[in-house]
Amino acid sequence: MTRPTSGFGKDLVGLEPLTAQQIRVILDTAEPFKEISERRIKKVPVLRGKTIVNLFFEASTRTRVSFEFAEKRLSADTVNIGASGSSVQKGETLVDTARNLEAMRIDMVVIRHWASGAAAFLAERIPSHVINAGDGAHEHPTQGLLDILTLRDHFGDIEGLKVCIVGDVLHSRVARSNIFGLLKLGAEVAVCGPRTLIPRGIEELGVEVFTRVEDAIEWSDALNILRLQLERMKGGFVPTLREYNRVYGVTLPRLEAAPRELLILHPGPMNRGVEIDSDVADGPHSVILQQVTNGVAVRMAVLYLLAGGAPDLAESAKSEEDV
Amino acid sequence: MRRAVDRMSREIVERLGGTDQLVLMGIQRRGVHLAEMIAAAIGEAEDVSVPRGTLDITLYRDDLMAVGPKPVVGESKLPPEGVDERAVVIVDDVLYTGRTARAALNELMDWGRPARILLCVLVDRGSRELPIQPDIVGRELSVLGHQRIDVHVPELDGELAVVLEEREAT
Amino acid sequence: MSDGAVLIRGGRVVDPISGVDEVLDVSLANGVIAEVGKDLDSAGAEVVDASTLVVAPAFIDLHAHLCEPGGEHRETIASGARSAAAGGFAAVCAMPTTDPVTDDPASVGFVAAAGRRAGAARVYPVSNVSVGGEGKALVEFGEVLNAGAVALSDGGRSIRSTALLRLAIEYAQTFDVPIMTHGEDADLAGAGVMHEGVVSTRLGLPGNPGVAETIGIARNVALAEMTGGRVHFQRVTTARGVDLIRQAKARGVRVTAEVTPHHLVLTHEDVEGFRTDRKVDPPLRTRADMEGLREGLADGTIDAVATDHAPRHYDEKEAAFADAPSGVVGFETAFAVLHTRLVLEGAINLVTLIERLSAGPARVLGIEGGRLSAGAPADVVLIDPNEEWTVDPATRLSKSRNTAFGGWTLRGRTVGTYVDGRCVWQRSPA
Repeated sequence: MTRPTSGFGKDLVGLEPLTAQQIRVILDTAEPFKEISERRIKKVPVLRGKTIVNLFFEASTRTRVSFEFAEKRLSADTVNIGASGSSVQKGETLVDTARNLEAMRIDMVVIRHWASGAAAFLAERIPSHVINAGDGAHEHPTQGLLDILTLRDHFGDIEGLKVCIVGDVLHSRVARSNIFGLLKLGAEVAVCGPRTLIPRGIEELGVEVFTRVEDAIEWSDALNILRLQLERMKGGFVPTLREYNRVYGVTLPRLEAAPRELLILHPGPMNRGVEIDSDVADGPHSVILQQVTNGVAVRMAVLYLLAGGAPDLAESAKSEEDV
Repeated sequence: MRRAVDRMSREIVERLGGTDQLVLMGIQRRGVHLAEMIAAAIGEAEDVSVPRGTLDITLYRDDLMAVGPKPVVGESKLPPEGVDERAVVIVDDVLYTGRTARAALNELMDWGRPARILLCVLVDRGSRELPIQPDIVGRELSVLGHQRIDVHVPELDGELAVVLEEREAT
Repeated sequence: MSDGAVLIRGGRVVDPISGVDEVLDVSLANGVIAEVGKDLDSAGAEVVDASTLVVAPAFIDLHAHLCEPGGEHRETIASGARSAAAGGFAAVCAMPTTDPVTDDPASVGFVAAAGRRAGAARVYPVSNVSVGGEGKALVEFGEVLNAGAVALSDGGRSIRSTALLRLAIEYAQTFDVPIMTHGEDADLAGAGVMHEGVVSTRLGLPGNPGVAETIGIARNVALAEMTGGRVHFQRVTTARGVDLIRQAKARGVRVTAEVTPHHLVLTHEDVEGFRTDRKVDPPLRTRADMEGLREGLADGTIDAVATDHAPRHYDEKEAAFADAPSGVVGFETAFAVLHTRLVLEGAINLVTLIERLSAGPARVLGIEGGRLSAGAPADVVLIDPNEEWTVDPATRLSKSRNTAFGGWTLRGRTVGTYVDGRCVWQRSPA
C-alpha cells in the first residue's frame, strides 16, 4: 500500500533534508495560496475526499488552528486528536497510535510531538504522508518556511540576508528549521542568547554566535525572536525573567541604536516584556501577524505539494496543454 | 489570427449587447494573454476599459493524483469590480476535452455569482469529454488524437499563431 | 588420555601471555589444557581439525546484562550464556542491574547457579557496590564474594557520593577485588541521550557532554590513588578519559579499563536519522574520541574489550529516540566487528585483539583463564579468520535482536567454544 509521491518524497519531516530548490518551490507555491484566504469563499476543492489527522501530542493552539484552516481551505476532511483524554494519555505507544490511524485509511498525518525524531519515526512506519508540526527540539519545518516566506515578502531575496535568531535556541525546533532553511537559501544566520541556551557545536552548522543582543542587533537585517518558555527559569538556564528582559529583551531603545531598520519576527506566542517589548511587537517593523497569515498559505502549499501537486522540478515551466 | 481575435471581440459585444457588465477572465497562461488582446480590441472599438481577471484552474483540476508533471500553481485574480451580477467571459486558447472549462466554471462559482457566463476560445479542436460547448470560437479545427494544437501568443512565444504538431508517442 | 579428551590439531595457536603464535596442536583433558606442542599424540582423543582456524584462549566479557531476574523477555541467564558461547566467550560477568538487583548472597547465588545450569559460557555474578544500587550504603562485600561474585559494580550508575565510593574502594581492599565504576559525573551527564555536539544540536536531542566522563574518571583516579585500592573503569568512551587512565597507570595507580566494540567502531554521527538501534549509554562520541580509544586499546591503557551486552525486547526500541532505552546486544558480533574494523584495517593486530578479549579481562578480575599454557582451564575458542558473513539480527542466539551492526558484512567468526575442555558451542557447517 504505497501512495504516489511527489518531487518532495512522501513526507515533510524537516527542512534539513530538502534542497534549496524544493524550498523555493514551496515558497513559490504558497504565493497563489495566500489569495485563497482573501476570497469570499475561502475554499478550493483540490484535496476533496482526502482525510487528514492532526495528531497533537503536545498542546498547541496556533499551529493546530493554522493547519486546520489550511486543510479545510483545500477541502480536506480533518480529524483532530489531542493528547489529553485520548488513547495517547492511556499509555498507547506512538507505534500503536500510528497503526490504528493507518487502519482507518487516512491520507495524511500532521504530527506534533514532544520527542525529537517522532515525525520521522512515524513517517518510516506508515504509508500515509506525514507532516511534522514540531518534534521536540528538532524541527518545525512549516514554521521555518513561513518565517522565510515572510522575510522574502519584505526583502525580495533571501540570499545574503542577515538573520539572527534570538533567545532559547537550545530547546527550539523553530530555530533549527530556520537555520537549515535560511542557510540553504544563502542567508547569513546568527544566533544570540546566553550560552546556557545556545547548543554546543552550533557554529559547525555555519552559524555565528552572539552573546550580547546589542551586537546581534547591530549585525542583523532581521531578528527572529524566540519565546522564552517560563519553565527555563526553573531549569536554571536564566536566573529570572526580569534579568532576561534586561539583558536579552528586544526593546525599542536597543532597536533605535541599530545602524538600520530591522524586521522583527516572532513565532509566538509572545511573552510581552520578557523576550520582546510590546512597543516592538506592535511597532511598525513587526511582521508577527503577517507570519500568522503566511502560515496558512505555507501549510496549504505543503499539503498540496505532498498530496501530488508537486511540479516536476525540471519541467515546472512547461506543460500547459489543455486538460 | 489577428482577424479572428477582432471578430471574437465584436461578437462578445454583440452577444452581450454592450460592455456595461462585461468582465473578461483569462485562463492561465495563454488565455490571459488572449483576454488582454480582446480587451484591447473592445476597448479601442468601444472606448472603454474592460475589467479583466485571471483564473488558474490548477486547484480545480480533476487529475491532481494522476501521475505526470504538474504545473506550478499560477495566480487567480479577480477584477476589482468582482464577478457578482456580471457577464463573465471565460477566455482560453484551445478547447479540447472541456475539463479546463469545467474547472474554470467551478472556480468562478466559488468567487461569486455572475449573471451570465460565456466561453470564448480561439481554437475549438473538438473531441469533448464533457457536455460543454463554446459560445464564441475563433476557429474550428478538426485534429487527430495524436496531434497537438498549440496557440502561440506574442508575449510568451513572440508571435500570434496556431501551430499543429505531431504529438510525441507516449 | 582420559575420557572426553580433545586434540585441536594444526591450528594457528595465538596465546598472548606466552607469546606463542604458530601452528601447533592443543590437547585438552580433565578440564584443563594438557599440552600445547607439535604433533601431539591423538590416541583416545576426539580430534578437531583446526588447520584453517585460529586457536586462542576463549574470551572473557567483563560487562554484560543477562536480564535475569526481571527481564526474562529480553534475555535469560541461559540464553545469554549460549549467546556468549557463540561469540567465543567462555565467561561473562553478569551486571547486577537486574530486577530485583543482585546485591546480596541469595541473589548472587541465584545468578551463579543459573549460570552453572546453563552449561554454556561461565556466568560470573557481579554484585552491586551499594545496597539496591542506590548509592547510599555498602553491600556486604565479603558475603557476596563468598556467594560467588567476582567483582562489585553499580552497573551503569555512577556512584554520586564521592565519600561512599572512597569507602567502597577502601573496603574492597580487604578482598582484593576491583570496584568497577562508571566514570561519569551524573549531574553533568544529566538527561543527555546522546553525545553533546554538533549532531545532538542538529537533531535537537539533549546531550551528554564528554566532559562528564572526564570528571568522573578524574575523580575515581584520585580516589584510587589516595586509597591504593583497585578501580576498574567500565565503558570508557572519550580520548580524554583514556589519557587520564594512561597517566594514572604511569604513576602506578591501580586502575584498569574496558571499552566496548561499538565505541571502537561507531561515532555520534552513526546515530544520525534517530537510530535507536545505536542508542547506547554512555553515548557514541566523536571520531577523535574513537581514535583515542583505539590508541588506548593498542598501547594497553585499555585492558579489555567488554561488550556491555544489553538486550532489549524488539518493541522497546520502537520509540522516538529520547524515549527508547539504551543498549545493544554484543556477544556474537564482538570479535568479528573488531577483527574486521580494527585488525584488518591495521589499527591493532590479531594478537592484541585476542589479548584484550581474554588475558586482559582475566587480569582485571584476577582470575584464572585467558591463557593456553598447560594446566590452565581448558577454555578455548576456535576462530575462522576468513569467513565472511552478514549480521542478521534475527538469527542470533540472544533472545533480543537489538544489534548496532545489522546488515554489516564481517570477516572472521568464532566457530567453536570450549569451557573446561567441553565443547559448549560449535558452529554448524553452513
